[in-house]
Amino acid sequence: MLSEAERQAIAEERERWADPRAAGVEALKAVQEHQGWVSDEALAEAAEVLGMPVAELDGVATFYNLIFRKPVGRHVILVCDSVSCWLVGQEPLYAALQQRLGIAPGQTTEDGRFTLLPVCCLGRCERAPALLIDGEPVGDVSPERLDDLLERYP
Amino acid sequence: METPLTANIRPDGRLDRAGYEATGGYGALRKVLADMAPGEVTQMVKDSGLRGRGGAGFSTGMKWGFIPLDDERPTCIVANADEMEPGTFKDRILLEGDPHQMVEAMAVSGYAIQARYAFIFLREEYRPAARALERAIGEAYEAGYLGEDILGSGYHLDLQLHTSAGRYICGEETALLSALEGHRPLPRAKPPFPQQSGLWGRPTVVNNVETLCNVPHIVNHGAAWFQGLSRTEDAGTKLYGASGKVNRPGAWELPMGTTAREVVEEHAGGMRAGHRLRGMLPGGASTPFLTDEHLDLPLDFGHVAEAGSRLGTGAIVALDERTCPVGMLANLERFFARESCGWCTPCRDGLPWTERILRAIDRGEGREGDLDNLALHCRHLGPGRTFCAHAPGAVGPLESGLKHFREDFERHIRERRCPWE
Repeated sequence: MLSEAERQAIAEERERWADPRAAGVEALKAVQEHQGWVSDEALAEAAEVLGMPVAELDGVATFYNLIFRKPVGRHVILVCDSVSCWLVGQEPLYAALQQRLGIAPGQTTEDGRFTLLPVCCLGRCERAPALLIDGEPVGDVSPERLDDLLERYP
Repeated sequence: METPLTANIRPDGRLDRAGYEATGGYGALRKVLADMAPGEVTQMVKDSGLRGRGGAGFSTGMKWGFIPLDDERPTCIVANADEMEPGTFKDRILLEGDPHQMVEAMAVSGYAIQARYAFIFLREEYRPAARALERAIGEAYEAGYLGEDILGSGYHLDLQLHTSAGRYICGEETALLSALEGHRPLPRAKPPFPQQSGLWGRPTVVNNVETLCNVPHIVNHGAAWFQGLSRTEDAGTKLYGASGKVNRPGAWELPMGTTAREVVEEHAGGMRAGHRLRGMLPGGASTPFLTDEHLDLPLDFGHVAEAGSRLGTGAIVALDERTCPVGMLANLERFFARESCGWCTPCRDGLPWTERILRAIDRGEGREGDLDNLALHCRHLGPGRTFCAHAPGAVGPLESGLKHFREDFERHIRERRCPWE
């Protein structure tokens, strides 16, 4: 069920565009901001508010890397695994993260605190290896820095 | 050395409207609205020799010239700020560091093609840039630089920021338009080109961020000045970048035609101690490899093409001699395989194959015939065989890698292991 705040956010996005379907991505992001992910139910309701077929909005939702169609943890860690990060130690960093959190890529820790996902180039190549945690960039990450970094996300 | 694009970027933060105006900001907009006909602006940009900085290098003025000025349909201008090419981060610096420059660039460029609507298509991962742009757009509306009857000139332009949700193909001109309309972001067939039928069927120009940011400076200082910024035939400055095992990864605005050696050795501080440069992607992940023999090559559109690669985004990704080129290619092809939109079969099916073969070779499980198979994929995924430039971009580094690092591939297969491990 969409909350009144979510419906309001989607309606506002819809107003910004001459064609309501153009607000699709923003609507999905509004839902995700409130719920952390986009459930089938929420997606169907968002499609209704936008007046577009559910399957079409789902086609949009599933295309994008950053729209989550499964529940995620309180904090989402996106690990850049593209070339510039790879060249300067992304693999050992990723391995250390998996070990530290006790999960494989795509999984969420049992306490629901972290979800770990690989992601394409974050455009932070000068601060490689880079992560995106809860949407904010973190650069120059090393396995040694991980404990300090993760502590900031209770 | 003049650095018009980055002159106002300071480490202590982003310029607000007053700060931007104090540096002469919005002067170009005032000038075109008061003194220049739209066609004159386009002609000036054409004369300047400005070529697209997003990768393709097409003449910007010529692209604008395809817009029908007498059309009844409202025209659109779109800034492609979906920077997602691995190794490339130059546009982020411009957007975060000087957002009003982007806004003014949209207004001046929009005026040249008589656009009614402008959009900045920004990738979701650039949240600091989104915040900077939102503020700048608000400030520009308040000051009358956007909206109805801009500065009393009778010209109207509405500018809207769209943040995407992460997908490399959105940087492809026509896929970007599909995305902006709210469809699944698949590329479209050309023709018709966006200039005839783009966003919602309206005449549309899509330009890269760095390309557009050059325009106010060209208007302020003229075409000849812009030509003079460069060391070679291709005009202007260029934001070059360097990443990989260099001492100071970063991006710098330098004269077009600066050599790779200057970028890597002077600006990036050379390779890290104990490392030597062996190869490089001169302009991001989709550009064919050059080697250490090409260090003195002037990095402009013509010279890099002659050497068998593309200037692309001008973002050098450096391969050192202690890193396995097969592993690097496996990484690159995984990116392209994952980011294929799946619309056309060669790309959807072929790229995962290249990744799988490269992974097998890298693990020491390569087989006789793998290299021929990879070469075959390079041909079948090359230019003209797929719907858009995604797959040809993907096999550019692969084909050149097979040529320059042949012995490394053969050693993997012969020794049944990765010699770098």
